[in-house]
Amino acid sequence: MAKYKMHVLVCGGTGCTASHSHEITDNLKAVLRDKGLEEDIQVILTGCFGFCEKGPIVKIMPDNTFYTEVKPEDAKEIVEEHIIKGRKVTRLLYTDPEKKEHVSDSKHMGFYKKQLRIALRNCGFIDPENIEEYIANDGYAAVAKCLTEYTPAQVIDEIKLSGLRGRGGGGFPTGMKWEIASKNHADQKYVVCNADEGDPGAFMDRSILEGDPHSVIEAMTINGYAIGATKGLIYIRAEYPLAIHRLQIAIKQAREYGLLGKNIFGTDFDFDIELRYGAGAFVCGEETALIHSMEGKRGEPTFKPPFPAQSGYLQKPTNVNNVETYANVPIIILKGANWFNKIGTEKSKGTKVFALAGQINNVGLIEVPMGITLREIIYEIGGGIKNGRQFKAVQTGGPSGGCLTEKHLDTPIDYDNLIAAGSMMGSGGMVVMDETSCMVAIAKFYLEFTCEESCGKCSPCRIGNKRMLEILERITKGQGCMEDLENLKNLATVIKDTALCGLGQTSPNPVLSTMNNFWDEYVEHVKDKKCRAGACKSLMQYVIDPNLCVGCTSCARNCPVNAIQGEKKTPHVINAEICIKCGTCIEKCKFNAISIK
Amino acid sequence: MQSALNKDLLNSKISVVKMEMINLTIDGKAIQAEKGLSILKAARIAGIDIPTLCYYELNGQKLENRPGGCRVCVVEVEGRKNLAPACATEIMEGMVVHTHSLRVVNARRTVVELILSDHPSDCLSCSKSGHCELQSLAQKLGIREIPFKGAQSTYRKDNSPAIIRDVDKCIMCRRCETVCNQLQTVGALSAVNRGFEAVVATAFEQDLVKSSCTMCGQCVMACPVGALSEVNQTRQVIQAINNPDKTVIVQTAPAVRVALGEEFGYPAGTIVTGKMAAALRRIGFDYVFDTDFAADLTIMEEGTELLGRISKFMNGDKDVKLPILTSCCPGWVNFFETNFPDMLDVPSTAKSPQQMFGAVAKNYWAEKLGIKREDMVVVSIMPCVAKKYECQRDEFKENGNPDVDYSLTTRELAELIKQFNIDFNSLEDEDFDMPLGASTGAAVIFGATGGVIEAAVRTAYEVFTKKPLEKVDFTELRGLEGVREATVDFNGTPIHLGIAHGLGNARKLLEKVRKGEVQYHAIEVMACPGGCIGGAGQPYHHGDFSIVEKRFEAIYQEDKNKELRKSHENPYIKQLYDEYFGEPCGEKSHHLLHTHYFDKSKQVEIEA
Repeated sequence: MAKYKMHVLVCGGTGCTASHSHEITDNLKAVLRDKGLEEDIQVILTGCFGFCEKGPIVKIMPDNTFYTEVKPEDAKEIVEEHIIKGRKVTRLLYTDPEKKEHVSDSKHMGFYKKQLRIALRNCGFIDPENIEEYIANDGYAAVAKCLTEYTPAQVIDEIKLSGLRGRGGGGFPTGMKWEIASKNHADQKYVVCNADEGDPGAFMDRSILEGDPHSVIEAMTINGYAIGATKGLIYIRAEYPLAIHRLQIAIKQAREYGLLGKNIFGTDFDFDIELRYGAGAFVCGEETALIHSMEGKRGEPTFKPPFPAQSGYLQKPTNVNNVETYANVPIIILKGANWFNKIGTEKSKGTKVFALAGQINNVGLIEVPMGITLREIIYEIGGGIKNGRQFKAVQTGGPSGGCLTEKHLDTPIDYDNLIAAGSMMGSGGMVVMDETSCMVAIAKFYLEFTCEESCGKCSPCRIGNKRMLEILERITKGQGCMEDLENLKNLATVIKDTALCGLGQTSPNPVLSTMNNFWDEYVEHVKDKKCRAGACKSLMQYVIDPNLCVGCTSCARNCPVNAIQGEKKTPHVINAEICIKCGTCIEKCKFNAISIK
Repeated sequence: MQSALNKDLLNSKISVVKMEMINLTIDGKAIQAEKGLSILKAARIAGIDIPTLCYYELNGQKLENRPGGCRVCVVEVEGRKNLAPACATEIMEGMVVHTHSLRVVNARRTVVELILSDHPSDCLSCSKSGHCELQSLAQKLGIREIPFKGAQSTYRKDNSPAIIRDVDKCIMCRRCETVCNQLQTVGALSAVNRGFEAVVATAFEQDLVKSSCTMCGQCVMACPVGALSEVNQTRQVIQAINNPDKTVIVQTAPAVRVALGEEFGYPAGTIVTGKMAAALRRIGFDYVFDTDFAADLTIMEEGTELLGRISKFMNGDKDVKLPILTSCCPGWVNFFETNFPDMLDVPSTAKSPQQMFGAVAKNYWAEKLGIKREDMVVVSIMPCVAKKYECQRDEFKENGNPDVDYSLTTRELAELIKQFNIDFNSLEDEDFDMPLGASTGAAVIFGATGGVIEAAVRTAYEVFTKKPLEKVDFTELRGLEGVREATVDFNGTPIHLGIAHGLGNARKLLEKVRKGEVQYHAIEVMACPGGCIGGAGQPYHHGDFSIVEKRFEAIYQEDKNKELRKSHENPYIKQLYDEYFGEPCGEKSHHLLHTHYFDKSKQVEIEA
């Protein structure tokens, strides 16, 4: 990287790509060529910066200037002003919402201040399609160290000592998993990278694969060496074309550099990786289902034991780890377990990547040390609740997780605390909700997802979740009764207790946690037929205040279903039976005479 | 047989001694059980009943369906967070298990209520009513009301000539899938769709007839509910008997007489031949004949064909196809037509006994009675579901009139007997009508695996060596091992024989033959485990294969009870050749008693 004076990093993640970051790159390059600067200034399409709310992101190094919401036509100004004249384009800088000041350096932005980027260390920093950039940032040094300095057992000890736990949701100690696989002897073993990310809204695995594919390849190689496997498989959903493309390039480059294949680093260790594409079934993120899918069988889980470490892919010992877990491995080897295990809490070491979404100002991908509080994430990194509304709840762990409330805001986040609070880490989805979110409707939303994604193998999940969903549908339509609530609670408890796999066992969590934390809202829906959040349409009623209505007929004329009657210059009335609650009348009324009850 | 079973028992006892034992507590009872066993099996050994639904095992046939899917057998294991499926959880030292704690009972009941909430409640007219495992489970758990109301999954009903798939009733236990794929290697059924829509179906959810299904019906035998059942034709049979213009003839297959009694409270393995003949007469059949007669006839034809091929082979004819394969079993015929279309000239061209009987009845016997074949109705009682398909095959019809009009299962016959309020248990034994009711012991053993080949050997030996057979019992050909082989000495000429039952075993054997790895003169194949005694039309055994073993013993007992035990000694068979066919494999028998096969390898047709 030495020969360039400056680097322009353009986010090439899926989100920014959709917002034309490729055109931005092309335009930047064209302008630089026009100005004869192509030899001095390098434009790099990187992985995701995380701050998706403000994308596309363009970052200029070495001065760390962080431009947000850049459009292709801004390329000329960035080159002419910033690069040639050294003047920052202030209109593209991030504005601190509180101080109302422009912030140029990302280090000083609230979104980044409390983040610690370990798994995402290279995302938004290197060109993921160039192996040399990865190598220049200590890439493949960890695998070299393992192969030349460590025995397989020492590698496992190091990972065990680091305290790394599975980032896919379960939080099983990674080192222990490797150890079990290493102790099962067979003529062939496999390491599998689980890239079947499926939680709604979670995209950390995709971002890592798009932004830093080599870190996963390197980690899998280390894993293979540690457990005695020579074959690696990455199970990735076909809906991630960019991640697949970059992985294919990375694998090809690694093979060309001799970092995959025979006699890696001159040792007698061979290792290679193949891709396997998933058709996008959430349940295939469950490791036994994933393995069946890779074998060409129906993607459905089987009971454990046998664990994959005993009998996995093609009945051979198989170690399955998630993308984010793998992304942590090379740096743990390089910096040492004792560096890593000082980060985080007693039982949860290191960092966790969360996909921050919902009614929050700074939506995006963040990586924070374990032990950080929800308050810090929501109010400091996330920039608080949108439109100055009130915080109500945060949903973590996706469809397997639960809702946490005000009382959990200061709980340090780690695997065990989240479970104790009735939720779970999951793969790291974090959806923030304000008072306009109905907690019954939220439970219903997640259950709709689980019902769609259940494989249908076990009866509690196949039928039980459907019945829970039907009860919730009744409740949100105002047709529920108190007996429904009793049945719901019993069903949720039994499904949790009896379902076959992780998906089924955790699917009642959104229901149970909202029932525990927002019982009053459930009762209101059932007894008072009222949704305090105003989210359940069936429970809303549009009413015209006769004292405010002047009879202008605007509402009646615009109502798409002719639900409003009244004579000119006399107060109008809405027929609730016809009204579809579309909200047009409220929009059209100039006298604020219409309200929702 | 008895000694073979004892040997097995002895072996298992020896292995028990070698096994590592585990100490655990189930429902407060201290138990010692072999390491590796599931909680379910350990509990059963200790006499503790844990209800199951999806779990299905055919002991001795190496078949276990254990998806752990229904969650009915969940139990509480101390120290474990959630409930454990007893069928799929291995016992551990010091384990403390509660099979009926409050938590378990509530969960189990809720799970069954859920299953019932997505199950049609038409028990009154359901084919499995009284045999339905879900029904008895609901009874046992005292479920009187289903608290969960909601959508029911609905599917198109699939009517094939033999099997009805009423998928609305499918509970996703996967037994049919396991039987179809693992035991039979037919691969017609597998789970499709997700979540609430998940169901077991054919590829692309096509009709069964368009799939690779062989109609063997082992799925029907395994299905715990009414999702899979045979086509019921008792109504048509009653109407035929009730029609004064029709002469209705019935024939009964060998395996029926050793199983029918089970439907009337007799222990498995009770021989009820005489009562069955009496009951059929009470129902009103005009002639009560025996498929066994046609089995003797089959031996004449198939045995002659075998000897013909062997002599040609010994005379140096390189084109002759050996081994000859038996062709009595319609599931097996469908299987090789679908899976081995390159070997269609290998099986014997002899029709099955059911179809030989039909051809003899509607030609020879109709002529004798002086009636038109259209005025004769031939009903067969079969231990089989595939026979319903077989009798509808076009090549077994003359001008659209089938040689066999209706094929009923053993279960359907039991229904008829009950419908006619016949007190089966107190019936006096009666004989079959003559001449088509006469048979030898060789015909009876057609009902068990290895029986056809043994019957053929009894006759072929005497024809080939021109010497009387001294020892009629070829015990080396008997047994319940999936694939067996034996060499029989034909007075200095060794004859190599292979036997397979269960289509998975047949596939293994046929693939070896195809590759030229094994050399046999003849192979007997039966589609169902145990042969016809384990046929899909027999009384439901719910996975208890010891029932089939008892029927097996009964078949050989019935053989021993017979005065004549070699097919060619059947005097009425001799008479039939004298009066009608002339000689075995002659021109007339070629026309009436032999058939040909079709390439039925499947092309996937996706319906738009």
